[in-house]
Amino acid sequence: MFDLRLPIGYFFLTVSLILVAYGLICPVETQFAGGKINLNLDWGLVMGLFGLCMAALAHRDKSCSQDRFDD
Amino acid sequence: MDNWQVGFVDYLIILLYFGFVLGIGFALKKQMVSSEDFFLSGRSIPSWITGLAFISANLGAIEVMGMAANGAEYGAMTAHFYWIGAIPAMLFLALFMMPFYYGSKIRSVPEYLKRRFNEPTRAFNALSFAVMTILMSGINMYAMALVFKLLLNWDMSASILVSASVVLAYTALGGLTSSIYNEVLQFFLIVAGFLPLTVLGLTHVGGWQALSLRLPEGFCHLWAQTAGTANPMGIDWLGIVSGLGFVLSFGYWCTDFLVIQRALAAENLAAAQRTPLIAAFPKVLFPAITILPGMLALALIPELGSNSDNYSYNQALPLMLVKFYPPGMLGVGLTAMLASFMSGMAGNITAFNTVWTYDIYQSYIAKGKSDRHYLWIGRLATAFGIIISIATAYLVMSFQSIMDYMQTIFSFFNAPLFATFLLGMFWRRTTPWGAFWGLVCGTTSAGVQFILMNQGVISYCSPMAGNFWRSTIAWCVCFFTTIAISFITRPKPESELQGLVWGTGPKGDTSGLPWYKQPTVLACLIIVATLACNLFFW
Repeated sequence: MFDLRLPIGYFFLTVSLILVAYGLICPVETQFAGGKINLNLDWGLVMGLFGLCMAALAHRDKSCSQDRFDD
Repeated sequence: MDNWQVGFVDYLIILLYFGFVLGIGFALKKQMVSSEDFFLSGRSIPSWITGLAFISANLGAIEVMGMAANGAEYGAMTAHFYWIGAIPAMLFLALFMMPFYYGSKIRSVPEYLKRRFNEPTRAFNALSFAVMTILMSGINMYAMALVFKLLLNWDMSASILVSASVVLAYTALGGLTSSIYNEVLQFFLIVAGFLPLTVLGLTHVGGWQALSLRLPEGFCHLWAQTAGTANPMGIDWLGIVSGLGFVLSFGYWCTDFLVIQRALAAENLAAAQRTPLIAAFPKVLFPAITILPGMLALALIPELGSNSDNYSYNQALPLMLVKFYPPGMLGVGLTAMLASFMSGMAGNITAFNTVWTYDIYQSYIAKGKSDRHYLWIGRLATAFGIIISIATAYLVMSFQSIMDYMQTIFSFFNAPLFATFLLGMFWRRTTPWGAFWGLVCGTTSAGVQFILMNQGVISYCSPMAGNFWRSTIAWCVCFFTTIAISFITRPKPESELQGLVWGTGPKGDTSGLPWYKQPTVLACLIIVATLACNLFFW
């Protein structure tokens, strides 16, 4: 069975790209802790980082197991 | 602050989610070779996946919309569902019951009842469970239709058909594995979709202290006002501890095949034991993204709780989404809601198709057919279950609150069943006919109480108090009837109870595991966290 972290990682990365792009093209400011934030941009980056970690972990484990198989 | 409208970007995120969910189903289709692959995932899944699926299968409409609605209606006392209800039950399941479930190699909960007791007990439980899962599956479709009508102005029937089609596609293709994999994706999506809402809402009102000043008296306390019934939930501590803390929660978490099926898919006994424990860690923190948004909604949306359909308590979470999320994040929030409804629905459907195929069809309708035949029947049962669920979605509409509907169902089926399991697993003298008649009488007593309450013969301070007390009484009726009949009927010989009763079962050897994989260590950490939450919000 495939590594579940891959589709999760790719899904979060894709959503992140949409949010970041939309946040840059149509910036909307949301009130937060006395200041203002661009929620799409900021949360999009957080989601992207999570997606990247999941995908990277899956790829790392895949190459590790491939190395063991080759040995 | 004006409410945001759903835009193109939000639809794009929803479509992307549908694509990934269906993609996972298609990718797994080739690996569904045998019925064990389809119904039990070949017992090969790591515990982090089964653990997150365990909690996600429970993260349906009830957990997300229902808990937010209850947060707005009853305040912090709703967290009793987690910190006195779910957590102790999940620990009990992991430490004491899972060795029997996993160790006896059963394929379903009714199958355990057959081996421990007799065929009639299994048949009764299989039929009642099949009815219950279908009724529960309908809740998720109804909740989704409600949200989509409010936010997207979609026709309710169209929403129900769309969600049913997507769930049907991925569960029929990839079976339990597809359901579990999607549940894990849904778990992360739900956290990503709702966590910012809590943070934004809390900073908007000025923090927890400021929130407590804006809510009615007692709305921010768990136990402080439970000496009597003068509290938002209208129930005292005894009712909470017995009805919710013991009967309803243990009944659900320890006997409901919907969640136990996730643990049975684990790769070994230790992983199966860790499944509810891994689930318990996020469960301790979940009130922050399920109940708190409801409480914030009560403080920030003055119309909430009015007679208007658009401002009923059930709408607390969707209303918070459109208040705080701009287009883009609104799509993420909506997709998180969709994910929760679909995971709740798929969880029920996969449990239904397994019980139908193994415990009803294979046992009573067509014995001795090929494995391929049962695999085909499982796929057919998935479609059939979804069609019936659509009908039950319309039944839910007649109930005022989703949570009341759910707890009513649980009081009928899960509360007496827990008494049967408790006696069956921990008292060897329990006889097959004692268990059968105890279960029948317990379920019947819940039905009689429900009718008497609807006729006005008996009344409680709130529908929730009625559910708690009805469950407690149904549990007691089942418990004492089982004991009484067990004393006058013949028990099973010891040789037939191996691995099924306390003291005869396999004990998972966890001595070689690192400390962070030891079930007892994990359980202790969870107990400390739960106690801390109870004390902090006392």
